[in-house]
Amino acid sequence: MTMEMEVTLAFSEEQAELLEVAQSFCRDKSPIPTVRRLIEDELGYDPGVWAEMARLGWLGIAVPEEFGGSGLSLAEVVPVVEQMGRRLMGGPFVSTTLAAQALLVGGAEVQKSVILPGICAGKAATLALTEPHGDWDLAHIETSATETDGKFKLTGVKIFVVDAMSAEWIIVSVMKNGEPALIIIDRASLPENALRREVVADETRRSFRLQLDGLIVAADAFLDTARARETLTHLDLATSLLLSAEACGGAASCIDYTVEYLNTRKQFGKLIGSYQSLKHPIVDAHVAYELARSHLYSAASVFGRQGEGEIAARMAKSEAAEALAFAADRAIQFHGGFGFTYQCDAQLYRRRGMWCEYQYGDGSYQRAKLAKLML
Amino acid sequence: MSEISQKELDGFRADARAWFSENVPAKPEFMMPLTFMEVGTDQQFDFLRGWQKKVYEAGYLGAAWPKKYGGGGLAQALQDIATQEMYRAGGPIMLNAIGLNWAGPLILDMGTDEQRNQYIKGILSAEDIWCQGFSEPDHGSDLGAAQTRAVRDGDDYVINGSKIWTTQGNYAKYMILLARTNPDAQRKYDGLSFFLAPMTVPGVDTVPIRKLTGEYGFTQTFFTDARIPATTLMGGEGKGWQVAMRTLEYERGARGGQAGGYVMVYPDVSKVVDLAKRAMRNGRPAFDDPAIRERLVKLLTTYRGLKLNSTRALIAPLVRDRPLSLPLSAKLVRSEFYREINQLAMAMQGPHGAYYVGEPEAYDDAIWQRSYLNSFSATIGGGTSQIQHNIIGEHVLGLPKS
Repeated sequence: MTMEMEVTLAFSEEQAELLEVAQSFCRDKSPIPTVRRLIEDELGYDPGVWAEMARLGWLGIAVPEEFGGSGLSLAEVVPVVEQMGRRLMGGPFVSTTLAAQALLVGGAEVQKSVILPGICAGKAATLALTEPHGDWDLAHIETSATETDGKFKLTGVKIFVVDAMSAEWIIVSVMKNGEPALIIIDRASLPENALRREVVADETRRSFRLQLDGLIVAADAFLDTARARETLTHLDLATSLLLSAEACGGAASCIDYTVEYLNTRKQFGKLIGSYQSLKHPIVDAHVAYELARSHLYSAASVFGRQGEGEIAARMAKSEAAEALAFAADRAIQFHGGFGFTYQCDAQLYRRRGMWCEYQYGDGSYQRAKLAKLML
Repeated sequence: MSEISQKELDGFRADARAWFSENVPAKPEFMMPLTFMEVGTDQQFDFLRGWQKKVYEAGYLGAAWPKKYGGGGLAQALQDIATQEMYRAGGPIMLNAIGLNWAGPLILDMGTDEQRNQYIKGILSAEDIWCQGFSEPDHGSDLGAAQTRAVRDGDDYVINGSKIWTTQGNYAKYMILLARTNPDAQRKYDGLSFFLAPMTVPGVDTVPIRKLTGEYGFTQTFFTDARIPATTLMGGEGKGWQVAMRTLEYERGARGGQAGGYVMVYPDVSKVVDLAKRAMRNGRPAFDDPAIRERLVKLLTTYRGLKLNSTRALIAPLVRDRPLSLPLSAKLVRSEFYREINQLAMAMQGPHGAYYVGEPEAYDDAIWQRSYLNSFSATIGGGTSQIQHNIIGEHVLGLPKS
């Protein structure tokens, strides 16, 4: 029986080192005033900090050494993203890491050797997979690539293309001859108004709508079409894993932030944290976060394994996103009148939670998938 | 303790495996208790007492306790292997839970040689059943406020008062008793003392308590001028609270020292999935109902999370933020999980969810209904889930006391 299989949670020395380095790096580089300042900034992150992350080798953690990376895996990316999530850091780290994954699983050799070293050196890239129909199934693609004179004409729209304005490359899913395919586009080749910034609840993020109608791409823009389905599945799970990491980090600091308030705010002559109506739900939030974190590091350690890897990633995604949503929802409520203000950080966590939950499948969607995998 | 070779470990395991596969008894006619708190009939009691004695005599219980008091004098690693093999073979639970897990370790740890000689062997063989007298009718969660009185009179203490939820109280020869020796102590905790009280002296009466399932297993114990020897005092007068907390540490495994075996078995979660495929709800298998499927997957996710939490608890860099968090939250999460999964198992059954044990039409003789009602023993006993929330809030998150 699938559910009785041995559960795995291993933690490598590399993960431990990255966790420690990322913890202090993100704490130093992304205090809340910086987060709030960058919300007002068009770019949304500090290019100096981004360059430092590239110098630390973080963009190449899961890229093989032959392409300029460290030759580790997504398991070692998880602690970094978790700590970034903990400090609500913006920037194209996750999108770039995922674009590199798309190339590693489904790219042609020449694409890998040209683009991956650029990514490791600090050039950003992103994915354009979601469409206005809103289906979380990444194989449901209405954007099409039609062949004319050896070239391909695109028709369709992508939404939630994160960090598109920072990206050198955008990897887009299309239908070609009735089959899913992936193409890589130079962002610089897009017409003037192809990208429109979307208004998203999580203001630390930069998300764009991409209008593809009429765009012509060459045949060598395609990734390996034979591996497109496999690549989309990989990206679905890889995104779930990294969004889980981000959500876990966010839940941890959201709980810290709320506990701090419960330990300082007094009403009716008592610290409000002594009231069980506040204490018990914050404990529930904390317990949910701890479970989610165990699922996260389990998903990291079995990522890529047939069956087991998918179960673990989907569990992590559902648990982590819901843990953050619950913790942040209660954080707003427990800050009372202050919680209703823009000034209170609870809203930052709640908005972040909306992103982590609703992108790439919410809890119910993941559980429906899990039911098929496990029962 | 000298290093044990792998060969020795493997040999011990092979012997234990062979022994358990030969000796685990066939499923009896009557319902087998899943926990030591569910022993409600003489038949169940005699069966489990015989089983524990047999395991002990084979050397697979108390294997790591000192030989001169009745233990096996072996390494803890060997007892752990024996316990694993017992579980693997599906062996019934050990009966004498309070003796094996609380009183025994305490006596070995703090008792006199005389006490060790007097008590340890009987604990292991289940000859002497032990019970626990902490909770009182008016003081359940707030143990520190216990009011049962112990008054020194010559070489005795005279006990008056009442204890409740005494598991196996009607069978017990001894009780670990928390009683108030000084009602005027400034801190309520400092007025408490801890005794290895005999249950067989005049003035001790037990009255069975009928559980919500209609079965028995607990008693209320009444003390009316019961005289117990002063030599049964543990840790000195006024030190009862510290001793009681120490016994809890044995239970949480923080100190080690328990005799081995297990006193509870958890229902097999895969049986709930199996039920979902059999049970008809709304004219079709419950398994086909998306709402049931989602609840089931959510619970299976929690179940896995519990296992993963115990693995992560051993990985230092992943528990650095709040080191007490995982150990202190396990009881809450586990007990609530078992309550909920039994509740879901009932919901799968459509109208049959309302049947109860004894009804031939019920699914699985209504074990789900019975297990659900019994599951409250874990969400209430040993500190209610609400008290667990306070403990986690205060000791893990550092919130002020409620």
